[in-house]
Amino acid sequence: MNAPANLKYTKSDEWFDPATGAMGISDYAQSQLSDIVFVEILVEEGDTIEAGKAIASVESVKASAEIYAPAGGKVTAVNKGLSDKPETLNSDPYGAGWMVKVEGGAAGETLDSAAYEKHCEERSH
Amino acid sequence: MVNAASTAKHRPSTGSGPVPPLSAKIVEPTVFDLSSPGRIGVTMPDPDVPETTLPPRELLRSDLPLPELAEVDVVRHYMHLSSFNYSVDSGFYPLGSCTMKYNPKINEDTCRLPGFLHTHPLQPIETVQGNLLLMYTLQEWLKEIGGYAAVTLQPAAGAHGEFTGVLMMRAYHKSRGDTKRVKMIIPDSAHGTNPASVGMMGLQVVQVPSDERGNVDLKALEAACDNTVVGMMLTNPNTLGLFDENIEKVIELVHGCGGLMYGDGANLNALLGIVRPGDLGFDVMHFNLHKTFSVPHGGGGPGVGPVGVAARLADFLPEPLVGMIEEGDDDTAPLYGFLKPAKSIGRMKAFHGHFGGGFVRAFTYIAMHGPDGLKDISQYAVLNANYLLARLRDTYRVPFDRICMHEFVAEGRFEGSDVRALDIAKRLIDYNFHPPTNYFPLIVHEALMIEPTETENKDTLDAFTDALIKIAEEAKTQPDLLHNAPSTTRFGRMDEVKAARELVLCCGLPEDYSNQ
Repeated sequence: MNAPANLKYTKSDEWFDPATGAMGISDYAQSQLSDIVFVEILVEEGDTIEAGKAIASVESVKASAEIYAPAGGKVTAVNKGLSDKPETLNSDPYGAGWMVKVEGGAAGETLDSAAYEKHCEERSH
Repeated sequence: MVNAASTAKHRPSTGSGPVPPLSAKIVEPTVFDLSSPGRIGVTMPDPDVPETTLPPRELLRSDLPLPELAEVDVVRHYMHLSSFNYSVDSGFYPLGSCTMKYNPKINEDTCRLPGFLHTHPLQPIETVQGNLLLMYTLQEWLKEIGGYAAVTLQPAAGAHGEFTGVLMMRAYHKSRGDTKRVKMIIPDSAHGTNPASVGMMGLQVVQVPSDERGNVDLKALEAACDNTVVGMMLTNPNTLGLFDENIEKVIELVHGCGGLMYGDGANLNALLGIVRPGDLGFDVMHFNLHKTFSVPHGGGGPGVGPVGVAARLADFLPEPLVGMIEEGDDDTAPLYGFLKPAKSIGRMKAFHGHFGGGFVRAFTYIAMHGPDGLKDISQYAVLNANYLLARLRDTYRVPFDRICMHEFVAEGRFEGSDVRALDIAKRLIDYNFHPPTNYFPLIVHEALMIEPTETENKDTLDAFTDALIKIAEEAKTQPDLLHNAPSTTRFGRMDEVKAARELVLCCGLPEDYSNQ
């Protein structure tokens, strides 16, 4: 599994990039969900969100999941293309699969990549 | 609409060459494909009512493309289709959490008795006393089985029962002026319908994790309990098939903060005559007559989800309930009719619920078994599940491995193999078994959730475990057999991803109709 060192992670498998304000779901999350078939972003540009708020709803052939904001702030961009190409979350979760960008906000409770990898490892058994 | 002049391939008829075996992958034409103008199944009699003028021409349609077939063509078409199907009448159906028990055929006789079959819900009550007595008795029996003060038969299915129950819980708090309560506690092993029912009401879901023995994590529960809690929704035994070892403590914590306990009766088949949820302290519970009490289900319904409540919630039940409105004496039979609870949340369903399909069948089943028979049902259901668990635990990893109730959850994955639960499930079809529930509950990796029910004999259980053990061997030696399964069916592996991503809608989206 892949967890870039420049990102922060939540225990519920979201990532946050402090440099760009982008957020999405982790590689571990997409592999556990398997083929993602539906994405709905629940916030709009201009909204102010708090860390922990549901920002998206994702469905795979196995399960559906709420995605919670790893950081709060003002929403500056929403990845509108995802709903037409939900498979992007499987193929590029940290790149083209970003969901929402925020600015001026604070991260909630997050882990660094090493701690997050350990968290994932523990759950695989 | 399908055009009658279709290009679909027809099943070859005899005379035009050898007939392929049934297993050949032939598409059965639709009734529209089979239609031929002028072919009929019945001869309509001459009209015996006065002729009348038709409505204006623009209100009439002339393009109603009903298929035209002879009776024999219709019968053969549906016989072919039914042979594609797998049902509890054709084989073992261990679909966890669904209690796919065999449905006794005596139920089919009773629900077709003319007195039940030919009644209408708007008839005066004096003319349907038999129906009302049956509903009244069923309410009384469910009260006794669940340990409740009152029961409504209205809800149309389990999730509808949940919604009904949570409406009553909210109404109870509101009637006491306790308006801060907006949260419902739900464990991570819950059926997805629980948070969905709560969400429909605009309440918030607070999820609590399971501990390492599969019980509700008491520390997390304690932290979640405060004066904003409506209550907790809990399935016990839970979706891991485990009876919560701390159930009394769980209920004490929820009641301690002023919350109410909701019991999801999905797994009641493990408890009949052994434990009454009402006695444990569950204030509300729905029964699934279509699981526990042998009303046929699968294929989308119909379900029947009566709800039982403790005394403090009885005034909030949906109206109407069936009650005795005039006591009889030596010469006169009592009169049954409809009653309205004092603070009723209102009506949950048109008319009186699923009467013939649901109430009569469940009544028959309970009457036939009696109290001792119901207890046998649960004991055999639990015994069968533990027998399967004992035979499979050395081959399939069982993450919460202790004595189970009526079902258990194993992992469908093997060290060093790319075979997944879905592959195992599909391969079971080749062995002529319905697959177990897979990928639920979410807290188990590659979950295979197996519920045999009490109606299966040891030979069937052995054949099923033999197949699963053989499949585990195949996973190591010939994994492609699993990846490509099923190979013996009319259609092979369906592309579930494509089906979910590229929806073909038969009608428009809601916005297409907004201007009409």
